[in-house]
This record gives sequence, C-alpha cells and structure tokens, in this order.
Amino acid sequence: MELFFTMLVPLILTGVALYGALHRVDVYSALCQGAGSGLETLIRILPVLVGLMTAVAMLRASGALELLSAVLSPLLEKLGLPGELLPLMLVRPVRGSAALGVGSELIQTYGPDSTLGRTAAVMLGSTETTFYTIAVYFGAAKISRTRYAVPAALCADLVGFLAAAWAVRVLF
Amino acid sequence: MTMTVIWTGMAAVAVVCGILTGRGAQVSAAAVEGAAAAVELGISMAGMLCLWSGVMEVMRQSGLAEQLSRLLGPVLRLLFPKERKDRAVMDSISANVSANLLGLGNAATPLGLEAARRMARKSPGIASDSLCMLVVCNTASLQLIPTTVAAVRAAAGCQTPFDILPAVWLASGLSVGSGVLACKVLARLWRD
Repeated sequence: MELFFTMLVPLILTGVALYGALHRVDVYSALCQGAGSGLETLIRILPVLVGLMTAVAMLRASGALELLSAVLSPLLEKLGLPGELLPLMLVRPVRGSAALGVGSELIQTYGPDSTLGRTAAVMLGSTETTFYTIAVYFGAAKISRTRYAVPAALCADLVGFLAAAWAVRVLF
Repeated sequence: MTMTVIWTGMAAVAVVCGILTGRGAQVSAAAVEGAAAAVELGISMAGMLCLWSGVMEVMRQSGLAEQLSRLLGPVLRLLFPKERKDRAVMDSISANVSANLLGLGNAATPLGLEAARRMARKSPGIASDSLCMLVVCNTASLQLIPTTVAAVRAAAGCQTPFDILPAVWLASGLSVGSGVLACKVLARLWRD
C-alpha cells in the first residue's frame, strides 16, 4: 500500500499512456496538447493567486487572522475544525480560484506536511465551488425556484469540511 | 462584485488592524511579499499542472470517460429514478459524472448543463428533484485525483504530494453521500 502511493504518479502516467496507445490515440501529441492547456490554466489562476495571497498575507501580518481564530476557535474546535482554516472555509463555497489562493497561503505558512496544511489541502480536494456551480446550472436551465438545492449543497460542504479534519486526524 | 467586496474588506481590515496592533511595517512587507510568493508558487506548480493537464487530455481522447460512464449506469439510475427512461438525459448525466471523476472539469460542465436544460423542460422555472440532485452532485467534489492541490503541496516542498489521497476520497465520499442523502430526505419533506 505504501509503495502504491509512492509509485502512484508513474503508475497513473504509464497506465493512462498504455490505455491510450491500445485505443489508437496519439498519446504523445495529446499529452503535449494538454500540457499547453495546463499553461493556460496557470495564466488564468495566477492573477487570482496574486490578489488573494497578498490580501491573506496582509491579514496575517496585521494580526487580524489570529484575532478571528482566537474568537471563533472555541466554537469551531467543538466541531473538530481548526480555527486557523476559517478563512478557507468561508471563501471555499464562493470562489474556487480564491479558495485556491487562500488555501495555498495556508499550506505554505503551516507547511504541506503539517496537520493544518494537510487539512487545508484535503478540504480543497474534497469540496467544490458551491455557489458558482448553482448559479451556472440554474442560470443555464432558467430556474427561478431552486427549492432545496442550496441547503442540500451546503450540507454536503459542511460535511466535507468536518470529514476533511476528521480524516486527516485519523489517517496521519 | 462579491469578490470586490471580499477583497476590499480584507485589505481594509488588514490596514486598520495593523495600525491598532502596531504592526504597520509587517503589513507593508506582507503586501509586497505576498504578491511575490504567489508568482513563485505559480511557477513552481507550473510543471505538475501542465503534466496533469496532458494526462487528462490523453484520458479524454482515449475514451476513458465513456468507459467509466457505462460502469456508472446502475448507480445513477438509483439517484435519478424519474429520469431512468429518458436515454438522452441519462447519457448526459453519466458523461457529466464520469468527466467530474476524472477531473475533466471543462468537459463536465457543458454535459451537465445539457442534462439540466433537458430536465428543466419538464418543469420550467422550477427545480425538479432530479435537477436538485444533479446540481448537488456537481457542487460536491467527485474528482478522484485532485491535481491542482497536489501541485500546490509539491510547490510548497512536499515530497509525497499525493499522500492525502485516501483522506480526500474519504472526505469526498462522506460529503457527496450526505448531499445525496439530504436531497432524498428533502425531496419528501419539502413543501413549496
């Protein structure tokens, strides 16, 4: 199992390449074409990273984040959620690229292998940009009465955050 | 506009709080360093981001998503009981879900919107139970390999950026499961 996860990247790369080659796909040019679109993704998210990481770094330096987590930590810790990750949980359902900016700042500040850094990464990996998705879907389908979609989606987000904190505590 | 309010609020709180706590100099330094750190992060995650986008393009072209959507059929018929007879909708839903699982976000959204539009024709203006379920499935994260987050971890100096996978699967599973459960329960309880 240990070997599986350390070898995961080369295993996936080889597996996908073999599968593609067997299905007569020009694997190498597809790979290069995709890599080019990765660069476009980077160019799209970089300005957002600059904006959000600057704002969070300023908030952290001013002491406002410590204050906020000191005030809300007792409440959050009863639920098993670290107060330091509150900014990430607040912005996560609103904007995906903004959450990536806030999460990256947290991962860099606390270290990728710390409990906080891991929890931030798992939260990012196991939730989505709820409000954006809802707006796109209901906008495209011209829906004005959304009924219980928003509460059900937010329930999934809350459980995702709680489960991320719990999973990191249990598995690491 | 949401982000304008959030960003301006963050900057203003940082300035006021920095003055009150006497950390004005640190706030200034952070404003400069934060931007530089973001660009450094972007550059150090560029390699991994490009590589995974390449892998995903190979997956897309080799029809891995179609293969996956055939496997998903039985599960999706349970989640969308009212659509099971509508071939076109079920096909779009399973293509949407399998593209999400593989992390092909750009491919997943148009497929999901297609399914949403077809569902909305049966109840114009009002979100049906199936449409609520489709939206909740798309607001929860189904991605099996969270490549962008892994790229951020690697850029921050992590040797094994994918060691969070079991935790991500566990948390995603519980999150999606509770979203589906909430939909099924609310579908019975909701009174408009």
